[in-house]
Amino acid sequence: MANKEWALYEVFIRSKNGLNHKHVGSLRAADAKMALENARDVYTRRMEGVSIWVVESNQITASAPEDAEEFFEPAESKIYRHPTFYVVPDGIEHM
Amino acid sequence: MASNKTLLTYTLRQADDSMILGQRLSEWCGHGPILEEDIAITNIALDHVGQANNFYDYAAELSGDGKTADDFAYLRLEHEYTNLILVEQPNGHYGDTIARQFLFDAFQKLYFEQLIHSKDEQLAAIAEKSLKETKYHVRHSSEWVIRMGDGTEVSHEKIQTSINNLWKYTEELFYMDEVDEELIKEGIAVDLEKLREPWLAYVTEVLTQATLTVPTISWKFAKGRKGIHSENMGFLLTEMQYMQRAYPNMKW
Repeated sequence: MANKEWALYEVFIRSKNGLNHKHVGSLRAADAKMALENARDVYTRRMEGVSIWVVESNQITASAPEDAEEFFEPAESKIYRHPTFYVVPDGIEHM
Repeated sequence: MASNKTLLTYTLRQADDSMILGQRLSEWCGHGPILEEDIAITNIALDHVGQANNFYDYAAELSGDGKTADDFAYLRLEHEYTNLILVEQPNGHYGDTIARQFLFDAFQKLYFEQLIHSKDEQLAAIAEKSLKETKYHVRHSSEWVIRMGDGTEVSHEKIQTSINNLWKYTEELFYMDEVDEELIKEGIAVDLEKLREPWLAYVTEVLTQATLTVPTISWKFAKGRKGIHSENMGFLLTEMQYMQRAYPNMKW
């Protein structure tokens, strides 16, 4: 009982307003509330964030490495999916 | 107008509370019950040392005799420290540390909430900066009191014993003497008597939620403010002051 391991949580931090939350790591906690406080102490002590999400790791459905072939490789030959075939008119900046 | 000496005495009391508690908490560094909590408690230790640093800087300025913050922090004798007996109590097991922290945090938050209105601008500024930290401290320690109290039979019993053992030192939180009285008149110090009720109300609320019992011991032990300490203090200072005593003026 005493050595029962706490659940693993994944931690996402928004580094500043307007940016996405990004995965920064994981930690263990007895529940979500503790996970949030632990995340504050472990991952934001050097002003890394303005917002934290935590989610229990087992709530994440992940793609399997063995599916990589059918999941990702077909995209490799579809260069037309990149918007690189347009001619950008003169005078348009930051494209 | 309060003399600098009175203000210095008052400032050092606050500095010493934060310094000694910070030193105690830092003993957990690398020994926390879990990695996450090890980081949390040492963060809190550093918050306290930072608060102490601000108060000591101000003390150095008030003393006007060339003393630095480090002189106050590391080169005084035991009877010159005027911290509360509560904060020098040993860490014990993690429940003991959390109980000590909880009883103090609940007080310090209320204290800083009043000190921000001090007519002494420096004290008010330190209070404002510290209050943000202390709000988190009280949240952290309250959360753990509830988890331990409302946890297993073993954790419940342990944290109740910790609270019971430390309760006798809580009377001193509200200790006041001529120093406070003089500064209260000038709107500089906080009237601690006014914090007693809200402190007890908050502590009772959390302990009740934690299914714990509020102790009723009323034994008074309030000599810390006069420099009279428990036997733990000398050992703490020996470790804390070692570097400055062995290598005077060393910097790192």
